[in-house]
Order: sequence, then structure tokens, then C-alpha cells
Amino acid sequence: MSSVIEPGSVGIVETKYFTFAEPPNELQLESGKKLGPITLAYEMYGEMNEDKSNCILILHALSGDAHVAGRHHPDDRKPGWWDSMVGPGKAFDTTKYCVICSNVIGGCKGSTGPSSIDPATGKPYGLRFPIVTIADMVNAQKHLIDYLGIKQLLCVVGGSMGGMQVLQWAVSYPEMVRLAIPIATTARLSAQAIAFNAVGRHAIMADPNFAGGDYYGKQIPSAGLRIARMIGHITYLSDKSMHRKFGRGLQDKTAPSYDFGTEFQVESYLNYQGDEFVKRFDANSYLYITKAMDYFDLSQPSGDLKKELSRVKAAFLVISFSSDWLFPSYMSKEIVTALRRNNVDVTYTEIQSDYGHDAFLLETDTLTNLIVNFLEYADQRDNGF
Amino acid sequence: MLTNETTVSRTTEIEKYAHIFEERPEFRYIVDMIKPGSRVLDLGCGEGHLLKILQLQKRARVQGIELSDQAIQECVAKGLFVYHGDLDEGLADFNDQSVDYVILTSTIQVLHRPDFLILEAARVGRECIISIPNFAYWKNRFQLMLLGQMPKTKTLPYEWYDTPNIHLTTIRDFIRFCRERGLEILEKVYLVTERRPCKRVRCCPNLLADYAIFRLKQSSG
Repeated sequence: MSSVIEPGSVGIVETKYFTFAEPPNELQLESGKKLGPITLAYEMYGEMNEDKSNCILILHALSGDAHVAGRHHPDDRKPGWWDSMVGPGKAFDTTKYCVICSNVIGGCKGSTGPSSIDPATGKPYGLRFPIVTIADMVNAQKHLIDYLGIKQLLCVVGGSMGGMQVLQWAVSYPEMVRLAIPIATTARLSAQAIAFNAVGRHAIMADPNFAGGDYYGKQIPSAGLRIARMIGHITYLSDKSMHRKFGRGLQDKTAPSYDFGTEFQVESYLNYQGDEFVKRFDANSYLYITKAMDYFDLSQPSGDLKKELSRVKAAFLVISFSSDWLFPSYMSKEIVTALRRNNVDVTYTEIQSDYGHDAFLLETDTLTNLIVNFLEYADQRDNGF
Repeated sequence: MLTNETTVSRTTEIEKYAHIFEERPEFRYIVDMIKPGSRVLDLGCGEGHLLKILQLQKRARVQGIELSDQAIQECVAKGLFVYHGDLDEGLADFNDQSVDYVILTSTIQVLHRPDFLILEAARVGRECIISIPNFAYWKNRFQLMLLGQMPKTKTLPYEWYDTPNIHLTTIRDFIRFCRERGLEILEKVYLVTERRPCKRVRCCPNLLADYAIFRLKQSSG
């Protein structure tokens, strides 16, 4: 145990909660249903300047949460999920910027989701929780940003599903976003990605403990959620990164044992990832959040992405990774093309990386270099350059 | 709105990039061709030196396309907007006549289909500025004809086996290409860039210039 906070860390942080949409002012959802009251979990580091113009909103991916950097307790085993990028002197420098990270609705990390108590019944929502979309998540975050008194965000940034929220922010609230950084993401989920999500959901719902989503206080559908996470993890890696990490190496043995135990290192890795995930994530939230991703298609309702992006005002830094086969580079290029046809200032780069989709969490040096300079440019633009 | 302070910082910024003209003397002639406040697209912009100079000196609204992600990082560090793309795929993202100038400096000779990209550039840009190393420069002719070896000079410094230059051309060939493809040449600058100071060539350019810059556009009608 060490209570010494390492340099570059935001230090000990705490999750805050904001509740809004109390009946009868529930949040209108895209599906037509209403949801309220809603609590959003969020964390905030660094000081807001006088006019609150230095705020950066970080949006998390499928299994992420509001705890983006620092530690909740000095003896926490791990820091927040993007600690390598957020902190004093890091890409999102908390000595210059006020960094906010908000959990999504539908989640299970302190925000209202299927595991929350339904005020109508006094019991957890389960599958009675309404379907939420990426736009609904963003609309909820807008309430938080308004509550914090921020008129315009300096930057909205996120990877994967976080990147979808970035795009949605720039479209839904164009006046509120100065700079947008969508990373390893897409304007619409591909059939392939929907398929992987669907298999994960089937695994959860086929678990005998699932009980139509009403498993709270009983045995949870851990076997199903475990499989869902294992499938997900395969899509986050690349052929090359798996080969490099595991190869055909055997786990804790030198010769094969010719049985159905955990034989290869890659199997052991997936088991571990599955087990860890079950401890920290709610199966129903997995269903709802993957569903929100499936529905995401920024080119709707017209079907013309250029038209749907025509209201965007932010300047963009779009980043993809060469080995990401879940959201391949062509998906980022599609976004860039549509933005550029709308005369939006946009920089696009495909970073050469073997880490697959997960690269957005791992290619720290390259991302830092790009993002520091891009944020710096925002100041320059105001100086008449 | 420009304050005195930003004028000062712009001047220091300009000085920061002045050394580029030492390394790439042809840039000075290209900068002179650009009208202030134009929209400029640099194809194969590298680390963005020319774009940065145009942004600072001409207040141009600039963007670039570049294949190397390392070079793009340098561009972002200069506050430039650049796009990771392969020029051999063309400029499908750009509407006709949507920028004032499309620039190709020492780039067309490395492309698989330079003819295709030149026409694409002329479609997207109201004007194009294309610069080429001139393969008919007398030193190249000398090395090939009298020494019987592949030319290697300051402007073409590569060995035959490692050169990226797969479609070299001459001033004469380029002018003929423009005539045949309906491109009107508005301005020609012939240079000897291998010596300092870099000088313009007036007489027998196809023999005496190692470098040429053309400003051109699609012929009307």
C-alpha cells in the first residue's frame, strides 16, 4: 500500500452525482418513452477558468465509467481507465483544463440504468428500463453540462462508443462544441459489429439465471455475461496483437494435456477478462448499452451523412488505427469525407498500430502528441491565425 | 481581430519558418503565386512547411493530404488541418473548383497515375501549381549519354533501385501533356535549384533548368 500519488496523477478523486428529470419533467427519449428521475455519475478534475471556457468532456466506451483518472483510494489497485491521458502535464492537462467525465444512462456505474430502482415499482427496472440511444445519453449529459454552468465545451473527446457520443454532441449541440476528437469510432455501426453485439446479448439471455432480467438479489447470469465479454475482447484485439501476446503458448504447462481445460494462454486470458468483468458489470446494462450502439446511425433520418452533419460547427481531429477491424479506418474516413464536404476544419490520421481497436487506450504517446497540439491550436485560432 | 500582439507573434512565427526557403528555394516562387486569403490544398504536404508559410504570409485557409502519419503529426504540431490519404486514390472527397489552389510540389513523379491526379487537381482547384524536377536537365543528359549511367544529382539524389521517382518527366513532356489534356498554363518558372542562390533560367529551360513550376488551370470550354 502506498499513499504517495505518482507524478502526473490527478490524485485522489471522487465520483459525484447529479440528479435531474424529476417527474413530471422526465427526459424524452428517442424511442418515444420517458425516463426520470435520472442520476448521472461524473468526475471532474482541474479548475474551471472564469468564463468556464476550458472544459473538456471525456466520453467513455461500452464498459467504461466516470472514473477516468486518479484513484478513489490511495490503495486502489488501478487508476481510472484513461489515467495515461488525463492529469497534470498529460494530454488532457488538468493544470490547464477542467476535465469532466460522465457515465452514460443505461450503465451500472452510478448512473440510472436497468439495475436502478424503478420509482413506479420500488424494484430494479430490469428489462422494464426503456431502450436508450446514443442521442439519449448525450441529451442526459447536456443537462449535466448546463447544471455545471458551461456554455461551450472546449473539447469533446472519446474512443469507440465514446467517439459516437462525440459525433452526436457535435450534431445535437453544435454551438456547445469547439473541438471534437472522435477516436476509433464510426458514424454507424456495421452489420459485423451489430452481429458481435447480438451474440453477446444472446449469451446473456440464454443464461438460465437471466430470468427475464429480474435476477437482482439472486444468482446473476454470470456465465452469459462472461461469454459476452470474451467475444467483445476478441474484437478489441488484432490477429497480430494476439499472436504477439499469446502465440500458441500453453498456460502453466509445457505439454498439452489433451482435455477441455484451459490449455492455451489466450484461453486463460479470455477467462480472466470474463471473470473480472462479471465482478464489475451488470448484464442488463450490457444488453442496453450494446443495443444503443446498434441503433447508432448518424446518417439518419435522411440517409445522407453529409446532410446530417451540415450543422456541425466544431473543428475535428479524427483518429483511427490501422489494425482496428471492429471500427476500421474506412469508417473514420466516411466521417471525414462528410465533414469536409461541409467545409468543416478536420484533421484525420490513421495511426499505425498493431493493438487493434484497443489501441485508443494504449497508443498514449502518439495520441498525446496529436491531442496536445490540436488543443493548443484552439488558442491560436482565436488569435487571428 | 488582429491586435499588435498577434502581429508581433505572427512575425516571429514567419521568422521561425524562414529557413525553409534555404532548403526549398522553389517555395518562394510558389508563395509569390498565391493570392492572399485563398483556400489552398497541398497534395503530399509532408510536414506542412509550405502550408504553414502560406497560412502565415498569405493568410491562406490551408489544408493538406499526406500519406505518412509521422508527417501528419508534424502538421498537427503546426496547427494545420491535414488528412491521411493516398493520392493515387484521387480526390473524390472534393467538389469541383472547391479550392483556389491545389499544389503539387515535387510529387507527381512518385505517383502511380500522375495523369489522373493532375486532372483531379485541375478539377478541384480553380488553379493548380505543379512543380517538377526536370529530367532533361543537362547534367542528367550528360550522365546518361556520356557516362551511360542513371542520373544522380542534387535534385534527383537516388540510386535507380531505391528511387521513389517512378514517373519522371521533362519540361517539354509536361507542356505537351497540358496541351493534350486541355490544361492552360498561366505561368512558368524555370529554376536551377541545385546551386545557391537559386536562379531563374530564361534561355533553353529544358536543358538548363533542373526544376520547373507551372501554374495552370482547366481550359475554358
